Amino acid sequence: MSTSSFALRDSKAMLRRNLKHAQRNPQMTVSVVAMPIVMLLMFVYVFGSALGNGVDLPGASGGSARDDYTNYVTPGFVLMAVATSSIATAVSVCSDMTKGIINRFRTMAISRASVLTGHVGGNVIQTLISLVLVIGVALAVGFRPDATPVEWLAAIGVISLLAIAFSWISAAIGLGSQTVEAASNAPMPLTFLPFLSSAVVPTDSMPAGLRWFAEYQPFTPINETLRGLLMGTEIGNDGVIAVAWCLGLSLLGYLWSRSIFNRDTRS
Amino acid sequence: MKATAEPITPDRGITAHGLRKSYGEKSVLEGVSLHIPEGTIFALLGPNGAGKTTTVQILSTLISADGGQARVAGHDLDQEPDEIRAAIGVTGQFAAVDELLTAEENILLMAELSHLDRSVGKERAARLLRRFDLTDDADKLVSTFSGGMRRKLDLAMTLVAEPSVIFLDEPTTGLDPRSRRTMWELIRNLVADGVTIFLTTQYLEEADQLADRIAVLDHGKLVAEGTAEDLKNRIPGGHISLRFSDESGLESAAGLLGSVGRNTEELTLQVPSDGGIPTLRAVLDVLDDAGVQVETLTVHSPDLDDVFLALTGQADAQKENVR
Repeated sequence: MSTSSFALRDSKAMLRRNLKHAQRNPQMTVSVVAMPIVMLLMFVYVFGSALGNGVDLPGASGGSARDDYTNYVTPGFVLMAVATSSIATAVSVCSDMTKGIINRFRTMAISRASVLTGHVGGNVIQTLISLVLVIGVALAVGFRPDATPVEWLAAIGVISLLAIAFSWISAAIGLGSQTVEAASNAPMPLTFLPFLSSAVVPTDSMPAGLRWFAEYQPFTPINETLRGLLMGTEIGNDGVIAVAWCLGLSLLGYLWSRSIFNRDTRS
Repeated sequence: MKATAEPITPDRGITAHGLRKSYGEKSVLEGVSLHIPEGTIFALLGPNGAGKTTTVQILSTLISADGGQARVAGHDLDQEPDEIRAAIGVTGQFAAVDELLTAEENILLMAELSHLDRSVGKERAARLLRRFDLTDDADKLVSTFSGGMRRKLDLAMTLVAEPSVIFLDEPTTGLDPRSRRTMWELIRNLVADGVTIFLTTQYLEEADQLADRIAVLDHGKLVAEGTAEDLKNRIPGGHISLRFSDESGLESAAGLLGSVGRNTEELTLQVPSDGGIPTLRAVLDVLDDAGVQVETLTVHSPDLDDVFLALTGQADAQKENVR
């Protein structure tokens, strides 16, 4: 295809377009990041003291139960913020599809995937910016990570991979949704998955069936990896599993999106 | 159909043979064939649901046909869709503009996606904004634009890449009369640049005003094709309308003039006529001799509305009246 050489350039043009959208429509960014921040504050201040005794965090000693719990739970809410931020992709993709401009793009000699990569890339950048806010709030309420600069870089890498994975899945959901409202509701289950992982309480405290689910769903290894990088807990093979989940979900989301995007129109 | 002058490079326009498309059970296009010479304006005229938009979507590579072949701007539709995309511009029924960008950003985005150099894009954007009278609004978000401004911007975006074939799908639907005239003027000027224009419309006046050739599409089939004059000649829809002050006048005139259309409620008679003076005088002489008083007289010459209504079968009731 003669357009493939322009794929990068087209994607960059689309990325700039999506970043301008985000900048001019900041309500979406604010609303998707509000929920994990409210949840974080609630868990720290309402449940923190009670739950703090039940979590076991080797690095954190000497602090109050609440401080221990803040350190335990923050990585989980960082991941939750990645999940809620990805909703913005579903919404922006779906609203694009309902407008005339998408047909204009389809009749231009451009890389087809660039429309979607622009959305996904824009969302990943937005997500990383939102996370600065989430981590800032966490630091303000007593989060004390012990990560080295290299560990921070690795943490940002894991978070980015997850953001890419969720953005692609969310893009597919947005493409498959008939209305923008449906697109904003459909990814909701993703945002609740962290509760059924080791993010909020250790999985050993869960009943057998739930524990099994929690240990094998992607959030637990990803969460354990992030917690390990930031708090110095044991990562083991969770790191490899986390990266594999992120790459697998990205590929799934990409292929799913592409098949919906090309459905009923010619390639 | 009248023979048209042989185009110099017939390949660069649009040629289609037997295009078919159906959605499930519903057949939308049933073998549409067209030939549009380079540098001309062609209007596809038809009521809602006739298949106009589907035809545009197929020829602009948006959807594929179930059958038939076409060449657009010198390229085969099935084999070289990307070459066609690089050569065409499409302005759809609903303005395809980005509301969260400014007018200038919209045009620059198109320039970038058309892989133009930045400086060329900037220069063309400035020129198009000026030409379409949007310079003062260049930095405003499109979400604040009126319908007429959006259509103008839409067309400007289509022109950035300097396409040789332009599809305009109902470019003035929903516009006020003033904006419509502005669009017509802009469209007319495009042909001066040598581009080929494929226009769809449900307004006869629009086709009459703009197009070199008109085809009438109804239920997925072309029911007529030719110049506006050709089409008007095919339907002798002209008549003289006579109004009387009372029913007795109407009755006696109807008796004298034979088989004519009659509207008892409005006290009018419609007499078929070619609009010429001799026919008119003959009718008046007959009525004068019999002493029948005519209150008003209007001459209705055939226009594209008669053609359209007759050809698309929506005028049966009204036409009965005339004959």
